[in-house]
Amino acid sequence: MSEPAGAAVIIIGGGVTGLSAGWWLARAGVDVLVLERGIVGWEASGRNGGGATHVYSPFGLEEQRLWPQMDDLLGYPTEYQPRRIGVALTEPQLALARRWAEIGEMRGFRWESLDRRQLKELVPIVGDNAIGGTYLHFGGHANPQRTVQAYAWALQDHGGRILQHTPVTGLTVRGGRVTAVETTRGPFGADTVVIAAGPQTGLFADMLGVALPLAPARVEMIATEPIPLMPTGGVAGNGLYGRQTLRGNLVYGGGPHEWVDVPDMAAPEHPNSPLVRNLARRLAELFPGAAHVRLIRSWGGVVENTPDGLPVIDRLSDPDNVVLATMSSVGFGLSPAAGRGISELVLHGRCLFADLAALALRRFADTPPDWRERAGWMGSDARLAETP
Amino acid sequence: MNRRGADERGMPTRLAEGRPGSGAVRALGGVGSDVGAPPRLAEGRPGSGAVRALGGVGSDVGAPPRLAEERPGYAGAVRALGGVGGHVGAPHVEVDARSITGKAARPERHVPLVVVGAGPAGVAAAVEAARAGVEVLLVDEHPVDNDMMAMDVPLYFGGRMQPAVRNRSLMLERVVESNPALAAAAEAGVDVQVGTYVWAAFVPGPTFRELDGPLLGLADERRSWLVGYERLIVAAGARDVVLGFPGWERAGVMGAHAAAALLTRYRALAARRMVVLGSGELGLRTAALAVEHGVEVAAVVEVADAVRGDAKAARALADAGVPILTSHTVREARGRTGEVESVVLVSVDGETKPIAGAEREIACDTVCLAVGLAPSVELLALAGARLRFSSGLGGWVPEIDGSMRTSAAGVFAAGDCAGVHEGWLADGDPARSQGRLAGLAAAESLGALRPAARSPLRASAAVPPAAGAQVHGHWRTWLRSLIHAGGWDVNICQCEEVTRRDLVETRPPRYLAWDSASMTARNVETLLRDGPINQDQIKRLTRAGMGPCQSRRCREQVGLLLAEATGTPAERIPLPTFRPPIRPLPLSVLWPADEPPAMREDWVSWFGIPTQFSPHWEAGMAIDEPTARGRLIVSEE
Repeated sequence: MSEPAGAAVIIIGGGVTGLSAGWWLARAGVDVLVLERGIVGWEASGRNGGGATHVYSPFGLEEQRLWPQMDDLLGYPTEYQPRRIGVALTEPQLALARRWAEIGEMRGFRWESLDRRQLKELVPIVGDNAIGGTYLHFGGHANPQRTVQAYAWALQDHGGRILQHTPVTGLTVRGGRVTAVETTRGPFGADTVVIAAGPQTGLFADMLGVALPLAPARVEMIATEPIPLMPTGGVAGNGLYGRQTLRGNLVYGGGPHEWVDVPDMAAPEHPNSPLVRNLARRLAELFPGAAHVRLIRSWGGVVENTPDGLPVIDRLSDPDNVVLATMSSVGFGLSPAAGRGISELVLHGRCLFADLAALALRRFADTPPDWRERAGWMGSDARLAETP
Repeated sequence: MNRRGADERGMPTRLAEGRPGSGAVRALGGVGSDVGAPPRLAEGRPGSGAVRALGGVGSDVGAPPRLAEERPGYAGAVRALGGVGGHVGAPHVEVDARSITGKAARPERHVPLVVVGAGPAGVAAAVEAARAGVEVLLVDEHPVDNDMMAMDVPLYFGGRMQPAVRNRSLMLERVVESNPALAAAAEAGVDVQVGTYVWAAFVPGPTFRELDGPLLGLADERRSWLVGYERLIVAAGARDVVLGFPGWERAGVMGAHAAAALLTRYRALAARRMVVLGSGELGLRTAALAVEHGVEVAAVVEVADAVRGDAKAARALADAGVPILTSHTVREARGRTGEVESVVLVSVDGETKPIAGAEREIACDTVCLAVGLAPSVELLALAGARLRFSSGLGGWVPEIDGSMRTSAAGVFAAGDCAGVHEGWLADGDPARSQGRLAGLAAAESLGALRPAARSPLRASAAVPPAAGAQVHGHWRTWLRSLIHAGGWDVNICQCEEVTRRDLVETRPPRYLAWDSASMTARNVETLLRDGPINQDQIKRLTRAGMGPCQSRRCREQVGLLLAEATGTPAERIPLPTFRPPIRPLPLSVLWPADEPPAMREDWVSWFGIPTQFSPHWEAGMAIDEPTARGRLIVSEE
């Protein structure tokens, strides 16, 4: 089957950020082509905790507005469920949970304090070690794997195209614009290019002579067998993020990450480590009533972070037809809104529903090249190499 | 939690170490043990306090926080990188205290050679290495605990266990007695640990560097621990290939390997009248074994038009009153309750389609799948061994050389897990030869043995495993016949209740109650247009393989169905990944009692970057997640 050798907008990266952007563009009737080196949503997009409670972000209000509609908008199930409960086992944990709630309150959302008794009514598996918590009438969670496939299919339903198993190998720049994207299947011409390639976003920026500081890291999650459904599945605490799925599994992550380097364009490995035991412990501490429940699965993923941990969603000035998009390891929940923002950067040169000044690339203009070493964001090998 | 022989954590103390020559087979809590009944966690009662007994909750969570040190590092660096105020990071090497750096897991024990699996290959490997002077730990998970068996892990037990399997010390006795080679191994100086699961291998890699060396995760029914190794020989055997049919959810449908284990190792098979599916060596041997142990075998069923196994064995069965019904398949397993009471068979024509009117119902309480065996390669995969597809060896097998070395440094494979075919079931010699070779090769690589000592084994025809007849075509024939006879609305994944139809139509789970034209338009064929079929991707969409049995009952049949439905050769469907734990274990068992303070003190849920979750409308408002070490920092600059 022959394909047109280009598109009005080419999106490099078939993760949740690129797919959401592509879906928004396709809905608007734009000719979109997503180039994905493997299978859509295979990396962090399909491996995260599914949280959708990021009201602190410039995208936060739109995130909250969109999620309840996403099933209908996409035409495929996301398993989105509203509301969140924070469980605290210590006073500092309670203060943190309240902090998240208060940030939501600053944005006009409602929340309530929970004492231990109320907590136990809502979350039967917490124990006497819980001191209290929060009930957020905002936020929520969804199924990352199902959602990312939903974006992909919805994008196609609107006439957009996705080429899987098509790694991008280069960018052709002429006259201050990217004119084509080079791949293992040959070149594809483009009027605008969105680079939403997770940890590789920085590598592509490099090709354009643009410095986007990113540090990849490996993180892990665990999943238990299903247990009876709780009234609110979006419950977390004790240094864990995650949720109870609609099937009943407890799916949680947290704890130490490992700073890594990822090879150019190749899929990184995502093994698990003995940390799964420490995660199991944290989970059993959080939910003593589930201490007997069996762990059946774990997985790892690689995420990327900018120096301040905040996204870069920005349109470059040179080349002038490129949008860089990294959500800096917090991409799934914000994806409905981030995708819309990216589509507006493509179509209008700016985001119309939110002020993205805080997410501009220029804030890293003075970041030194050795920023990772200076921050200590290095893995053991690299650190050993640094030691005099 | 004051039990004789228990430490302050309520954990049983270890028995006298099995030092070389001591002849002790260590069975934690079992034979020869003076430990009392294992501490049971109060199950499912919130706030029961049982977790506290393990030195957990309340012990160090909530300890008085020490003041956060004003240490250069992330926060200082960020300020230097354009944030507000602050100072330039110190010129020495920084460490992210929230990362895994410096917190590498330490094993409880380090052994030069671990052999996993005490079947013929594993024992032979362990003994050979021990004789060469290597310190060897041999572990075997049998007897598996009753809860695990009820989940059909690691074998397809089908609920046909006698209540005696709950008696742990009795099962330990039986497992040890049924395998005299274990005692011989102990005599040879091998440290033998039965009733011990190996649930993971952790191996350093490009994205996993914070590890001093490879580790295995071990566990029993009470706790887990880590063991470091120099060399690993995996002799994990094989398990039954499972194919479903209407009624296969009923107790009484089980696998041949499980039946053999229950008959010979546990002596606890609760079956009175059995129908065996499959007339290859596996089926014929299973039928003979059952008859030998007093189980009535009502029939052996074969979809092909001729007996596939040894003619003599088939005649012996016929003489014993066991009919072999060729050109037959299963229509349904019936029973009024959740138990099998009969199985309905149907004759098939040359295209494996049922012949109208040619049904027969056979009373039985057990239907034993003996269609084929799949090498158990999950531990090998975790240990980094490359796998290849070989239909003559049962499917995915490790790549190995003439010394049973896999592609992973220091990791060997021996026995059925390196490749299995029915022609070898009658003969334990290939497994033993492979085991000996692996044991010698491991010993040699550890410097314990000179190469000359190995030569008598070089001529063994068993190595590398010689492939038998290709099996996937035959398994697909079985599958086709079962679909013809039973239809598409049959569960292919019992754990998640995914039917064959759900799978090929990539339907989301029923509990989502999703109905849309767009979803209905999507199926494996449309998925195929976007790329080659990937079983992990289909698992994500349909949930087939996501259950507690860890896809032991559906992995092969899903692969076969996908191959069948998309016209993809079986070898072109990528192996679905294995992840730890490769045995389902309770959180309370995986719980590490030996957690170092550094792990807890700097534990945060995400990266601990103060600006990451701070409100964008108030620049400079940082939120630092509290750790056990420091207080909550909310700075406004």
